[in-house]
Amino acid sequence: MPHFKSLCIAALTLMATTASAAEVKIGVAAEPYPPFSSPDSSGNWVGWEIEMIDAICAAAELDCVVTPVAWDGIIPSLNAKQIDAIMASMSITEERLKTIDFSDPYYNTPTVIVADKMLDIAPTPDSLAGKILGVQASTVHQAYAQKYFTDAEIRVYQTQDEANQDMIAGRIDATQADAMAMAEFVEGAACCEIKGPVADDPAILGLGVGAGVRKGDDALLAAFNKGVAAVIADGTRSAITEKYFGKDIF
Amino acid sequence: MIPLKELLQPHRILLMALFAGFVLWCAVSLRWDWIPQYLPLAAHGLWTTLWILLASIALGFPLAMLLGLAQAVGPWYLAWPAKGLCTVIRGTPLLLQIWLLYYGLGSLFPQFPWIRGSELWPYLRQAWPYALTALTLSYAGYEGEVMRGAFSSVAKGQLEAARAFGMPRRTIFRRIWLPQAVRNVLPTLGGETILQLKATPLIATITVIDIYAVSSRVRSDTFIVYEPLLLLALVYIVIALVIGQGFAWLERRVPR
Amino acid sequence: MSDLLELLGLGQAAELLSLSPPGWGRNLLVGLSRSLQIAAGAFGLGLLIGLLGAYGKLHGGKITRDLLAIYTTVIRAVPELVLILILYYVGTDLVNKASAALGGGPVEISGIAAGIWVLGVVQGAYATEVLRGAIQAIPPGQVEAARAFGMPGWTILRRVTIPAMMAFAVPGLANLWLIATKDTALLAVVGFSELTLETRQAASSTRAYFTFFMAAGALYLMVTLLSGALFARLEKWARRGQPSLKGGAR
Repeated sequence: MPHFKSLCIAALTLMATTASAAEVKIGVAAEPYPPFSSPDSSGNWVGWEIEMIDAICAAAELDCVVTPVAWDGIIPSLNAKQIDAIMASMSITEERLKTIDFSDPYYNTPTVIVADKMLDIAPTPDSLAGKILGVQASTVHQAYAQKYFTDAEIRVYQTQDEANQDMIAGRIDATQADAMAMAEFVEGAACCEIKGPVADDPAILGLGVGAGVRKGDDALLAAFNKGVAAVIADGTRSAITEKYFGKDIF
Repeated sequence: MIPLKELLQPHRILLMALFAGFVLWCAVSLRWDWIPQYLPLAAHGLWTTLWILLASIALGFPLAMLLGLAQAVGPWYLAWPAKGLCTVIRGTPLLLQIWLLYYGLGSLFPQFPWIRGSELWPYLRQAWPYALTALTLSYAGYEGEVMRGAFSSVAKGQLEAARAFGMPRRTIFRRIWLPQAVRNVLPTLGGETILQLKATPLIATITVIDIYAVSSRVRSDTFIVYEPLLLLALVYIVIALVIGQGFAWLERRVPR
Repeated sequence: MSDLLELLGLGQAAELLSLSPPGWGRNLLVGLSRSLQIAAGAFGLGLLIGLLGAYGKLHGGKITRDLLAIYTTVIRAVPELVLILILYYVGTDLVNKASAALGGGPVEISGIAAGIWVLGVVQGAYATEVLRGAIQAIPPGQVEAARAFGMPGWTILRRVTIPAMMAFAVPGLANLWLIATKDTALLAVVGFSELTLETRQAASSTRAYFTFFMAAGALYLMVTLLSGALFARLEKWARRGQPSLKGGAR
């Protein structure tokens, strides 16, 4: 049935463009997550992680395209081949390693609790008991809060940004998230301050942030590992970090 | 319901066998081991879905009657705002309305510090009042349009006859006009209620934990994609069937 | 002009909504155009499915009719949001499997194509019912008369059934089109950058939630009112030559 076959291929190309072999679609979360990745008013994605994607892809000699995807569907999208890799500040955890593979980490930051300046809150289970804690869905922070802060009322948001917004509105008492993202947030929001890092639990909070790829996609994994090693070794990461944070914090 | 005899036609038996095979395949080859762990959460989510659905209809229907009445017979200063409200609610996506209510209002809170000291603050902090408000307004908007038609379609002769008997206006409304208008919309009410059910998962986007949110939670905790979604679809189909049968029963009970 | 806006306290809103950066107006308009493209595509696909479905329900065999009954019942009972998630993952999976079976690589499905497929399947179920009802509403005498004059089947469809059906179908189809435009907003939850997601990104980047949600609401309302007017003219045209319905109802 060669005729039928060519017809099908024609139909497929009509509704979709077959990705050229070299093009790698990098999934980022379709939400503002400053200073890592956020859309600007001219429709481009900018931020520390976006520049890191460019640098890592250049070092790994990959032709990368940034593709925004809903965060809570980002792993299914990877496995459904809608994207080829995830570089969206996704921590390398045991739970995720059961489903996808990760490259070597390209950054690692602590996890902190942010709360209203007026409130006397410490990043401990006792202090958060009875408080309303906002976390983003499908994150290490949600998993951590559900394990340790069992006496807090945990409210789950689609994006961290919505949790931040409700923090400003006063609907939640505290939020748990990445230290660097929160540093950027409290700088712009007069309401809140960082109350300190939570006690580490690498099994849940992970071992830093890496690029996620489909299981079995070993060539791409090797390329990312090479790229990550290169940008750390040749000082590119330091340069990008200094541009965004004023100093090299890694 | 379909009589048993109609179900037992050869092609239907074949289809049902195929479907049973599909269900069996789902049960055997897909992962269901997560169910016991999430059962309590799912029960809670189902309860939230149902009570928000019922409450939004119970609050929305009287509002819809007011909107319909205002448009059908009200003076222009009542008819125009009612028509405007219906147009805006029917003309914009419910998701946008929910976000405008929840995040839009929330973004105004910091400008009014006294809100946090008010009696209402414990409710304003929760998500469900916004969800309930948005769903109630949405139901009222769509049903208000239907009620407008229902009120104006009651035969004029009936009202004139009642007036000729010297019935007071309030009694005419209560005994003649309203029952007939409600009787007229009853066939569409079942469908509208199912539409309302289908609107409820949107409230999960503002942190209300309904049955849809529970399925998202399973998806994000376990990375299982299809199974929670299939089960969720089944839950909604069952609820929709119950609603449909309920209204069919109600319609049979109401005299023509 | 700008002085007037300033006077009304809308200066900031006007700046945020302006079409050139740092205003986000352009992003909203791009999102609107994508929403309309998806809605138009889904409406078209739904119409196609609806025509085939209505034909199958009226003239198809027993199995076709039962399958169509299951299709319309299930689609109309399950929330669109759930259907979108299922169809999105199933659809992309199927296309990739088909492509692999035909010897191709993974296929990149554009957001618009996926949105059209997902909403089109949903619209098809409603369109089936609308068109079936419209065809059944044609007085049987008209088709019988055409047959008595010896018109061939295709000509009857083209010259009698479709024109006579139009008057009954237009109100239902107008409603479906409005549902299509509003349902595109649900794609925001899956991460498609249509009007609602663009709005949310703009709103959370600038923290001006009220301004942007109101602006997006105005855009949707404009689309609704404009299409309402267009469909009213279409209905008038489709009803040409028929007695007026006004006053004669019931």
